[in-house]
Amino acid sequence: MSDSCAAPDQDAALPASVDIEKETVLTGTVVNDEGELVQGAYVRLLDGSGEFTAEVVTGEGGQFRFFAAPGKWTLRALSRYGDATGEVEADRGLNETKLAVSR
Amino acid sequence: MAREDVLVTADWAEENLDTPGVVFVEVDEDASAYDYGHIKGAVKIDWKDDLQDPIRRDFVNQEQFSQLLSERGIANDDTVVLYGGNNNWFAAYAYWYFKLYGHEDVKLLDGGRKKWELDAREVTADVVKREATNYIAKPLDWDLRAKRDEVEAAIGAKNLIDVRSPDEYAGRLLAPAHLPQEQSQRAGHIPTALSVPWSKAANEDGTFKSEAELRELYVGEAGLDEDKATIAYCRIGERSSHTWFALRELLGYTDVKNYDGSWTEYGSLVGVPIALGDEPGTK
Repeated sequence: MSDSCAAPDQDAALPASVDIEKETVLTGTVVNDEGELVQGAYVRLLDGSGEFTAEVVTGEGGQFRFFAAPGKWTLRALSRYGDATGEVEADRGLNETKLAVSR
Repeated sequence: MAREDVLVTADWAEENLDTPGVVFVEVDEDASAYDYGHIKGAVKIDWKDDLQDPIRRDFVNQEQFSQLLSERGIANDDTVVLYGGNNNWFAAYAYWYFKLYGHEDVKLLDGGRKKWELDAREVTADVVKREATNYIAKPLDWDLRAKRDEVEAAIGAKNLIDVRSPDEYAGRLLAPAHLPQEQSQRAGHIPTALSVPWSKAANEDGTFKSEAELRELYVGEAGLDEDKATIAYCRIGERSSHTWFALRELLGYTDVKNYDGSWTEYGSLVGVPIALGDEPGTK
């Protein structure tokens, strides 16, 4: 249980309680121009109308993860190496996206 | 009040890292962020361990706040610059405390930790030690804090601003989408509350929108009545501190309170009215 509204550790394994058959998980990594994983990137999840939904910060593995619902989503990554935007048509289960940031 | 009285830019902060009488304070819920790297000379406040009472469901009292700031080496006449992660939620929450306990000169670093990192500005893992002070907090200013009875009485009478996500407002979720669903007994919102998610007050780099944009957001789009008092709430009171800051400190509305009990308290009260769905509802 979390007492606050902040995002949990993005490098942690999926909790055992998460049923991947039922959940819609948007996950992936942020990489820079050189193809290196970017730690400390801010990844924002925007809904189908472009409205902000949630934001997480990537850990050492450059990874991000959101629990959402099937449908259209936009992922927006901001980092010191630049920004990236990705569109996702999410289904139930794991939906993986790589976000390549550049200036 | 002018924007520059309550917000400092990252450039200003960088130029004033060594200015005597200016103390930088990082406020986070994740202490490891500070330990990994913080602005040079900044001390740390942990929103939970330092700002909440360890036993009762309440935040630290006047004496506890005095002791905390004394230990951190903050003096009554220091200029305190707060910043943190999560788009400054926790820093805004701490800012509200500093105002509740009467600190004269406190400001937020616009954009917080996020903008600082996106700008690739310098952080350090150095241990910061400031000499202890004898800080004396003032009695809690109840003009800034709303309690549950006052909130219920405000239905249909004052502006209530619900700053949670639209799904939490409508009652489709009990907590933000990236967290387990928990705590309050009932979902929904306080009848007549306007839905203005906190995130609409911020740009994507975490800085606050301009006063003109903020006024259009609250008054133009949401329909806030400028002649009435306002109470902001969220789930536990930190996202609403961000909105409280926008309304009182940036837009200058004088009668704005933060309801820190927020939905975890209101949604568990027996017998109070609740509205479901995307509309504010009626009294």
